[in-house]
Amino acid sequence: MKYAAPSSVEEATSLLSSSPSAQVFAGATDVVPQIRAGRPVPDVLVDLKKIDELVSLTNDAEKWTVGAAIPTVRLTEDAAFSGEFPGLSEAAGLIGSDQIQSRSSLGGNLCNGSPAADSVPALVVNGARALIAGPKGTRLIDVSDVVTGPGETCLASDEFVVEFELDRMPSRSADAYLRMIPRTEMDIAVVGAGARIVLSEDGTITDAAVALGAVAPTVVRVPAAEEALVGTLADDDTLVAVAAAASDACNPIDDKRGTIDYRKQVAGVLAKRAVLIAIERAGQRNGDV
Amino acid sequence: MARTHITTVINGDEVDFLSEDSTSLLNALRDEVGLTGAKEGCGTGDCGACSVLMDDMVTCACLVFAPEADGATILTVEGLADSGELHPLQQCFLEGAALQCGICTPGFLIAAKALLDKNPDPTETEIRYALAGNLCRCTGYDKIIRAVQEAAIQMRGN
Repeated sequence: MKYAAPSSVEEATSLLSSSPSAQVFAGATDVVPQIRAGRPVPDVLVDLKKIDELVSLTNDAEKWTVGAAIPTVRLTEDAAFSGEFPGLSEAAGLIGSDQIQSRSSLGGNLCNGSPAADSVPALVVNGARALIAGPKGTRLIDVSDVVTGPGETCLASDEFVVEFELDRMPSRSADAYLRMIPRTEMDIAVVGAGARIVLSEDGTITDAAVALGAVAPTVVRVPAAEEALVGTLADDDTLVAVAAAASDACNPIDDKRGTIDYRKQVAGVLAKRAVLIAIERAGQRNGDV
Repeated sequence: MARTHITTVINGDEVDFLSEDSTSLLNALRDEVGLTGAKEGCGTGDCGACSVLMDDMVTCACLVFAPEADGATILTVEGLADSGELHPLQQCFLEGAALQCGICTPGFLIAAKALLDKNPDPTETEIRYALAGNLCRCTGYDKIIRAVQEAAIQMRGN
């Protein structure tokens, strides 16, 4: 196994095209355990952290651009970013220990393809796009379209995610993410729930996004919950409908961390709570961002 | 297999070593550099026994490929003591009996140092979260938490 650290996107894609079993990595927090567990060893490991775009965090009037290989600790410790996307920042901060946070990345969390990846529901509710580079150039696709099944993505073997685009968070809008694990820290989500809410001046919900993790082969949006929320003040009946829609959207597995019935019920509870947190935050975000 | 020449600063000294690309930083530190303080517990980033500071960020050396360390500044447990004087964390672990077999101790010391560098006056909850990536199978964690609290008090007093 060779190690390569290209300094440009083009250099990286040409390395990937010329090496059939090449594997890109950022923090290797999934790659190393997978190799240790017996997954075939790649002939070349391509370290993406020496490419500027992959480790840059910038914004302009329209959007944030988040390098796919930035260690998540840099996102959670960036006051401007985590202030604008508290839900995404909290989700990214839930990926492993402090030791892992110095290595884990949004690009890795997404492309590892785990249904339980904490940052993915938070990216999805924020309408994040992934810029994907390959030998023929780049393409921009919705994050919600990247993962196609457990451990599977729509990326070709010579493609990788360069960066994520997130629209600037308007005033009276906010996100939230909650996850359920059987202990306080260091576990994989049994259920994860992301929400993003936009409020009008009088507190009516004008736009809503709800997404769930760990309850289906991929992260799922919950359109029925979103429709139930829009046009309301999130009264009790609406929240009951949100919880029911979230439970209905689940297609979970039974495993040692949670049964199907348990996951469905918790998905409803977490979706409702995440919506309430997003509403509270949105109400506090007045004026210019 | 060709070996790559890697230049680092480890515990304040410039250190060059040769390593195969597939070697972890942990194995390079132990086998090529001769620093055996960082330990391999799990080899998959779960236990924290291999914790080192790499460019001031606490990380599992078992997850780092040795060539990634080229140009990096690394602190291992061997670099904590100053001219033979134990670091307050080391002294407090000793005095508080915050270890038994000692395998996890270098990782706990490094993770605790990373915490106190950023947050000199952490709450007990903050300490427990900061050390959640370090597993101890002997003592339980209370003595370790108390040793970090005591070291934080001493370090703020200096």
